[in-house]
Amino acid sequence: MSEKLRLDPIACTGHGLCAELFPERIWLDEWGFPVIEDGELSGELLGHARRAVDACPTLALRLERERRSTAVRSDLRPAGRKS
Amino acid sequence: MSLAPGQFPRLLAGMPSSGALGLAAHQALHGPLTLPPRQRSRTGHPLILELERAGLRGYGGAGFPTATKLHAVGAQGSPPTILVNGAEGEPLSSKDLLLTSRLPHLVIDGVLAAASVLGSDRVIFALDEHARGTARALQQALAERRELQHRGAPAVTVNAVPGGYLTGQEMALVNVLDGGEAKPTTTPPYPFERGLKGRPTLVSNSETFAQLALVARHGADWFRTLGTATDPGTRLVTVGGAVSYPGVVEIAGGTTLKQLIGASGGLAQPIQGVLLGGYAGTWLPADALDLRLDAHMLLERGLRLGSGIVVLLPESACIVAEVASVARWLQGESAHQCGPCINGLQSIADALEELCARGDRRRTYGRIERWCELVIRRGACSLPDGAASFVTSALRTFRPLFEDHARHGACDACVGQRVLPTATVDPVYAG
Repeated sequence: MSEKLRLDPIACTGHGLCAELFPERIWLDEWGFPVIEDGELSGELLGHARRAVDACPTLALRLERERRSTAVRSDLRPAGRKS
Repeated sequence: MSLAPGQFPRLLAGMPSSGALGLAAHQALHGPLTLPPRQRSRTGHPLILELERAGLRGYGGAGFPTATKLHAVGAQGSPPTILVNGAEGEPLSSKDLLLTSRLPHLVIDGVLAAASVLGSDRVIFALDEHARGTARALQQALAERRELQHRGAPAVTVNAVPGGYLTGQEMALVNVLDGGEAKPTTTPPYPFERGLKGRPTLVSNSETFAQLALVARHGADWFRTLGTATDPGTRLVTVGGAVSYPGVVEIAGGTTLKQLIGASGGLAQPIQGVLLGGYAGTWLPADALDLRLDAHMLLERGLRLGSGIVVLLPESACIVAEVASVARWLQGESAHQCGPCINGLQSIADALEELCARGDRRRTYGRIERWCELVIRRGACSLPDGAASFVTSALRTFRPLFEDHARHGACDACVGQRVLPTATVDPVYAG
């Protein structure tokens, strides 16, 4: 099961801890807000991702199983549920 | 009597030049509407299958397949609320107001058909609070509908919502109707899962319901007798700028820009460019008039009609000043919730204004494109994405003009009046 970092852009206030803890995949834009690079998270990287998620003071960063929410919407199944 | 296959216009057939088409005239034109039965199984309601065969997609801007939406909201376990999105926050669009004020029964037909399929007991029509005439026309039309008095009919209300670009965003609309602010929230959950009062909610644009009404009456084959295989049927387009008769026209899928301009009385003055899709859209050069407005073909080129908007920018306008003024307006319309949007749109608008006022000795010009790239897909809603498309396509299409401003500052046309509206102007067709 692959996991993916997901940012709630409304909750994020740009503390920037995530980029410090996981620079392999997260960098900060010039205003201090995180930009998350796509890509498989496994092994050591997944561990770093978890630490970044745990450190987020506003709980804006989450690890989610890929729920393909946009794809799901187009193949008739409501997101995250069995139909 | 009923509309023949291939008859044109279709949506706007019978539209009176003022006031609303009454129920008797509407039924004489379209024939009676037989309400479809309630969906029993989770798969394959005949009307939903018909909508899928018709290839109906939402006309509010996102172009999401209507059958998919109905199916998803119908599979949620409890009957959904229906929210008719007529908020139309895009200042360049007035097609939903036109449709709702002149041909309200066609929209109501579509809503009742959807409510019948889904077993909905609650329908809300959301209209901009400034569109009082439209709200009155809709209320009067609803009062004419006897079936709404029947037992088991859905409770229908017309709700006024504050004007504003973001009010028409579906989550913002749900939030404002639930007593909150007209601001988007992070998705998922989508309204079809959790919308008004936490209930599953079908949110669709007014025109989408009118189109749905046509499919419910005549079926998919009839629907496809106009338009192309990849963009079946017709759509409403609000045409603005340098045409003889600005306003709403109906076109079949695949119509060229040239034909659209012809339908609006031709060009009233020479143009320097075309804006497709409004303030979330794309600028094209003036020689693009052979372009076919086929939603699917456009999408393959990264273009969208949005909620059906085409503006012909007259040569007399200053594109740099126009873009700067709209960028500043969009920055103000942002919900100011997401960091990249708050900061990015501010930086973009500041830089564009400076370009107009003083030229660009500090080379901020190149940064505008980078900022635009930096805001895409980083907000809770697509406002920053749309603004970025609007600005970058202008920079790309009119580069020499932007470079000229960077070197010399304001041009003569910079001080003139803007062509592009940055407030919801009194709608032309509000009645």
